[in-house]
Amino acid sequence: MKKGLLALILALLPTLGFAAGGGAHLQEMTPDLHDRASLQRGMKLFVNYCMGCHSLQYQRFSRAAEDLGMPQDLVEDHLIFAEPLGFNDQMRNAMSAEDGEGWFGAAPPDLTLEARLRGTDWIYSYLLGFYRDPSRPTGVNNQVFPLVAMPNVLEPLQGVQEKVCAASEHPVEGAELDPLTGKYQSCEVLQVTSPGAMEPDEFEGAVYDLTNFLAYAGEPSRLKAEALAPKVLIFIFVFGVIAYLLKREYWRDIH
Amino acid sequence: MTDSGVNKGRRRFLVGATSVVGAAGAVGVAVPFLSSWQPSARARAAGAPVKADISKLEPGQRMTVEWRGRPVWVLYRTPEMIERTEALGGELLADPGSEEPQQPGYAGGPLRAIRPEIGVLIGICTHLGCSPLFKPDPGADDVGVADWPGGFFCPCHGSRFDLAGRVFANVPAPLNLEVPPYRFESDDVIVVGEDEETA
Amino acid sequence: MANPDKPKAERGVMRWVDDRFPATQMWQEHLSKYYAPKNFNFWYFFGSLALLVLVNQILTGIWLTMSFNPSAEGAFASVEYIMRDVEWGWLIRYMHSTGASAFFVVVYLHMFRGLLYGSYKAPRELVWIFGMAIYLALMAEAFMGYLLPWGQMSYWGAQVIISLFSAIPGIGPDLAQWVRGDYLISGITLNRFFALHVVALPIVILALVVLHIIALHEVGSNNPDGIDIKARKDESGKPLDGIPFHPYYTVKDIVGVAVFLFVFCAVIFYFPEGGGYFLEKPNFEPANPLKTPDHIAPVWYFTPFYAILRAINFSLFGLDAKFLGVVCMGAAIAVLFVLPWLDRSPVRSIRYKGWVSKLMLTLFALSFIVLGVLGVLPPTAARTVLAQLCTVLYFAFFLLMPFYSRWEKTKPVPERVTG
Repeated sequence: MKKGLLALILALLPTLGFAAGGGAHLQEMTPDLHDRASLQRGMKLFVNYCMGCHSLQYQRFSRAAEDLGMPQDLVEDHLIFAEPLGFNDQMRNAMSAEDGEGWFGAAPPDLTLEARLRGTDWIYSYLLGFYRDPSRPTGVNNQVFPLVAMPNVLEPLQGVQEKVCAASEHPVEGAELDPLTGKYQSCEVLQVTSPGAMEPDEFEGAVYDLTNFLAYAGEPSRLKAEALAPKVLIFIFVFGVIAYLLKREYWRDIH
Repeated sequence: MTDSGVNKGRRRFLVGATSVVGAAGAVGVAVPFLSSWQPSARARAAGAPVKADISKLEPGQRMTVEWRGRPVWVLYRTPEMIERTEALGGELLADPGSEEPQQPGYAGGPLRAIRPEIGVLIGICTHLGCSPLFKPDPGADDVGVADWPGGFFCPCHGSRFDLAGRVFANVPAPLNLEVPPYRFESDDVIVVGEDEETA
Repeated sequence: MANPDKPKAERGVMRWVDDRFPATQMWQEHLSKYYAPKNFNFWYFFGSLALLVLVNQILTGIWLTMSFNPSAEGAFASVEYIMRDVEWGWLIRYMHSTGASAFFVVVYLHMFRGLLYGSYKAPRELVWIFGMAIYLALMAEAFMGYLLPWGQMSYWGAQVIISLFSAIPGIGPDLAQWVRGDYLISGITLNRFFALHVVALPIVILALVVLHIIALHEVGSNNPDGIDIKARKDESGKPLDGIPFHPYYTVKDIVGVAVFLFVFCAVIFYFPEGGGYFLEKPNFEPANPLKTPDHIAPVWYFTPFYAILRAINFSLFGLDAKFLGVVCMGAAIAVLFVLPWLDRSPVRSIRYKGWVSKLMLTLFALSFIVLGVLGVLPPTAARTVLAQLCTVLYFAFFLLMPFYSRWEKTKPVPERVTG
């Protein structure tokens, strides 16, 4: 009976996953919290491009400096722009929710927990998913978040991206796999038509860094937890072995 | 369940080993719980060093800044005040040489300061925590002593301190006023709460 | 009334204490001279583990209370304050959130053990009923605790569950409003849930645990063979198949504790979100009364009953589907209370029951798991049919038990416990 139960659970498990909102196929992004250089670049991008509108209201500059290995004066000189904010403050921004609503139609959300709320795949794909759409007030639309109110603030880096008919290595919604080339033929492919300050590969790296930083900010304790875990588990294992020997010793009495 | 064939030594050893490892585990579990009572990052941010701009402080004046919820006085002593303070005899004061660790090492001497003219003191009486009044003028008559050399007078229980925060003898307060850690960021800016060495 | 015959220490400090408080007597009654059957198997670890998790929840809960802010304005931010600013706060919070799920894991396994070996049957009816009361209080505790982080799931989960009260004809809407203390779930609801979660219900649960154990130790523990070890005693009056709980089961339970802690800590350190089941993703967004998340599911331990609630999409006997669903959900829990009187089998353990009982128990366990899975998923027509089928199986296990347990052929029960 136990085996039957187990088999059924295993058979049902794959059907358990939640569908990701939006329906667009998301590109995979695995954060690497050990890559401090990437996290530092990501924080710099965030401060320069995102923090005008989005806050990280639970993330302190000082904590990020400590976790990402940045000296205080460097952070104060290069990452703290808004005057009232100090090194120990949280990464708040000056824009009020009402202003945001007035300017964009929706208040820019706080992003501290965005990576835990939507996942890093979503953030990564979203930031890469802007394309030109003159029908929108901002001039751009987004593949992952259609009709989004946010403009493509990274456009100076990325350049102008447009939806074109082409072959793509990544599966796109509604695309068909061409068995000869192994690529996906679709008219939903995004392509940079007018270059920005970065090459496409370089830009993907920058978006990776930014997403990586948001993954860090979502759970700054992750690295501490993973550093502590092996010690705790080994300790419990040793304790378990001794306890088992003790149990076996006493249970010799029982016949 | 007979006692025959029981290896008592092994049993005792295993009970001991399990107890010791278990107790070590309990101590390990206690660590996060106990350390969570330390000041949190929010408390530390609120208690971070504060800067005091003394460029507008006139000789003879005192300004107050708040550090960790307590008043910190910054006093600009005139040469005449310094002279009077340095002249105070040991018999009048309880701890004229500042033997008690009420000040960082770099704030030594009779004036208990880095720069003689600038005094930095925590304005909390060492008796029961009132904030003493500033009575800089010699001979003030409401201090309760003749020959008042100028200093601080605590209205709660009548403790008296000189202009370097040194406590007078025969008053309720046992210790000199505390000197917080501080350093000069520039000639005009004092950072209260940060030691000189870490500058 | 002091009992002159009560066991006392010979001399020393313990003697002094024993003259004033029955310390030695209690130690002997509940540990060193509490005779438990010697054939406890894997399933018997979960009682002591439930106690361990309870201690974990109380300790970490007390510590969380020190930094939590029970207000609609401050609750969400204070959880992040605990996660980031409080030293080790993240660990204490994950111990508590993972502990909630662990509690239900061990309690469900503990209850299943009771079903397997007939631990609810006479003379252990009260042990079972106190246990069920703990389970009920635990569900209330978990539900109220889930509102406290004030995330989207907290808010809308509470919204759905409290709305269940409004299904009761006549007084329903007023009752739901009375529970909320407002026209919608608000800081007022949060405050009262906080008070119940951290003060009232823990007291109730602790008291019930004491009753559960006292009742158990009065009648003695059951065992996988379901036979009464007190029936056969040696010349000194000790059960032949019994061994003192201490040291034999204390040392055994310590091994169980170590294994449990290994898994528990691995989850805390590596997967505190439990794949989105222990901490649900929408709960990383503060509660917003104007925006419902795309997909609401209760936490996994409630989903079997939630699936039963949703399975009822038809009216019957003049009762509308909503009310009927609430009734079925309530009945699914209530029927567990009367289980001791539904089982008419002459034997306790599944080992000696007939094949019908074995089949029904298997189907029951499967339907419970399938309902749990369905409760997480958004409903579709096919899933609703499956949920209805499982609901039928769930109730069939209980309601047909008086018949199949009496009529089926049982195996002879041995006189002494087997291995």
